[in-house]
Amino acid sequence: MELINLTMIWALIIGFGIMMYILMDGFDLGVGILYPFAPDEHARDVMMNSVAPVWDGNETWLVLGGAGLLAAFPAVYSILLPALYLGVFLMLAGLIFRGIAFEFRFKSTRNRHWWNVAFSGGSYVATFCQGVVVGAYIQGFATEGHVYVGGAFDWLTPFTVITGLALVAGYALLGATWTILKSEGEVQAWAYRITPKLLIAVLVGFGVISLYTPFVDEYVRERWFNHIGMFWVFPVLALCCAAFIWRAVSKRLEGQPFVATLGLFLFTYLGLIFSKWPYLVPPDITIWDAASDPGAQLFLLIGVLFVIPIVLGYTAWSYWVFRGKVQDGGYH
Amino acid sequence: MELDPVILSRIQFGFVVSFHAVFPVFTIGLASYVALLHGLFYKTGNAAWERLAAFWVKVFAVVFAMGVVSGIVMAFQFGTNWSNFSYATSNFIGPMLSYEVVTAFFLEAGFLGVLLFGRGKVPEGVHLFAALMVSLGTFISSFWILSSNSWMQTPAGVDFIDGHFFVNDWSAAIFNASFPYRFTHMAIASFLTGGFVVAGVSAWYLLIGRDVEANKRALSMCMWLLLVLAPAQAVVGDMHGINTLEHQPTKVAAMEGNWETQSGAPLLLFAWPDKEAQMNHFEIAIPKLASLILTHDPDGVVPGLKEVEPDMQPPVWFVFWSFRVMVAVGLVMIAVAFIGLFLRRDGKLYRSRPFLQTLRLMSIAPFFAVLAGWFVTEAGRSPWLVYEMMTQQEAVTPSLTGWMVLATLIGYFLVYLVVFVTGSYYLTRVIRGGMQPELPQDDVETAMRPLSAAHESLDDDASRTVRS
Repeated sequence: MELINLTMIWALIIGFGIMMYILMDGFDLGVGILYPFAPDEHARDVMMNSVAPVWDGNETWLVLGGAGLLAAFPAVYSILLPALYLGVFLMLAGLIFRGIAFEFRFKSTRNRHWWNVAFSGGSYVATFCQGVVVGAYIQGFATEGHVYVGGAFDWLTPFTVITGLALVAGYALLGATWTILKSEGEVQAWAYRITPKLLIAVLVGFGVISLYTPFVDEYVRERWFNHIGMFWVFPVLALCCAAFIWRAVSKRLEGQPFVATLGLFLFTYLGLIFSKWPYLVPPDITIWDAASDPGAQLFLLIGVLFVIPIVLGYTAWSYWVFRGKVQDGGYH
Repeated sequence: MELDPVILSRIQFGFVVSFHAVFPVFTIGLASYVALLHGLFYKTGNAAWERLAAFWVKVFAVVFAMGVVSGIVMAFQFGTNWSNFSYATSNFIGPMLSYEVVTAFFLEAGFLGVLLFGRGKVPEGVHLFAALMVSLGTFISSFWILSSNSWMQTPAGVDFIDGHFFVNDWSAAIFNASFPYRFTHMAIASFLTGGFVVAGVSAWYLLIGRDVEANKRALSMCMWLLLVLAPAQAVVGDMHGINTLEHQPTKVAAMEGNWETQSGAPLLLFAWPDKEAQMNHFEIAIPKLASLILTHDPDGVVPGLKEVEPDMQPPVWFVFWSFRVMVAVGLVMIAVAFIGLFLRRDGKLYRSRPFLQTLRLMSIAPFFAVLAGWFVTEAGRSPWLVYEMMTQQEAVTPSLTGWMVLATLIGYFLVYLVVFVTGSYYLTRVIRGGMQPELPQDDVETAMRPLSAAHESLDDDASRTVRS
């Protein structure tokens, strides 16, 4: 098999895995972000119940992505992780705290408020760090060969803080529209009320990033403004999704706001990828430079092609089993 | 003081991997035990087996969940702190670690849910099959991890070109020289861990007189198992040691505290190895025994540490003492297993309170043996990360500074402290909750995650599901 095909297949697999992670863990992180603003403890029960059966399945994509990167694009793994060293720790710590909060909040009454704090705090930290990663990725990394040579805090700049906050708003929007889908009564009414505000925050955040990015990165400026072409379809579609969310919420539709928010994220993600393509570690390393030996890519591909359909099937089945509205006290 | 990123990264990796390792070691053994209980129930129809299975699967679920949480961190450690190693070895280590993830997903997606929540919903034969597959899956997971580790100890099947490993023979790389010994040694260690924990908990139930009949069965089963496996582990360990002598003689020299290459080397019962002085203080030795054990000849030649320069020697006292802790705990296990056999005459096994109390204490012993054993093999490879090919100094992330590692080391310590304390506390509540007198016919639909299989409350006043 030719190198080019294997590497492209792996780029698709990893790209698909990251997208699945953003969309799926996005809404359950978003539920945690909205936690402090929930009207009451009952609403928090409903919100956590709505994601409890599926959140750990959502996070399997993160682990698959991490391990897959090491195997298929080791340069990405061995440059990004050192470059984001402290951010990676904070993200993992956040994910762990909210992970154990999922398990123990319902098993606890006296200390429940502490588990609320762990759940929400962990969600904020993890989301902000992921947004910072996006910003750092747009900025690019200081490398020599396949080694990161920058400093400990290169990832923390005004720009990456903006991307971090924008992702917090973005995941909150996913969480709010998910809550609309899964709840009813007062909880749903509350979710309807906050969705337009979050949508405005997201549009402002994404807008600032879109305007700022060409200044941070010449390559992106070149791509978007000197070769006007097919790429513009992505931001246009993203804006269509935003308009659709607005309309669906004002008509009090239940499922469409969430689906349209998924679309907003999907098209933003595709736009970002095409801004940078074919660079995998901007500004110097392309997917071909970052690829591992074809033998290694092929060896793992066999197993991954076998397991991805199973994971997808299992995921679909879990969502099917836990479809519909969350009922009162519907956990145990 | 200058903070050394290499030393601190080694401490951090040692900490997170030790913390992680205790969970899979336990779940691998426990998964097989649960499968065995399901098999016995399937064959005999005796409800005691089913109740035991239902209880131990809850323990399994909690420990499995803690293993998953701590394992997520492991997937990132290689890149954050050992990026040069990750990049250089990615063609081999990358697919191997990914296959472990793939195996775990397959296991979780396919069979874990059925095992944890399938009782009464699927036929008992299907339930048994799920239990067997989960147990097989835990072994396959450990297969990938132990093969990767063994390859770092005894690299094979690769070309090393411009600081980058290229696999030229997958089967030689996967089934490298130390792998069969390490895998067997760890598989038995997992059974011993599971066996001693089950024996300890059963002994505790017998001490307080709860569920006596079922726990007698459990204890008896465990004691037969331990009687076979504890001595078998000594034999396998000896073979593993001889394999190490062949491939990593310096490690064995550190384990024995043996500085000079000599024939008729003594076995040191006690010593204080001093790397700076290149000698031992306070030796208490049995003449010729080390040569006898390692070469099966009292006058056999055993290589010494001084075959390599001092800066190519591992931290000798650490390897030396970790080895002694492992062997000592192993010998105590063998002794306990034989005392158990002795007490079987006229049923004292179930009545002797001192023995039952000893078993209670012994339930944590295997964890010390496992960790000490890993300290021996990992520290003993030092300063190499890939033996005789890549040192720790070459492997560490170049951009790391000492304070960065110190910050995350403290951070991981605090995070794991919370996870471990909460998890262990909850585990003791599950164990105190004990077996259900009769299994409910229909569970309420609940989330299909490992910890959802346990319903005990975490704190006292939430008494809804706590059984007195």
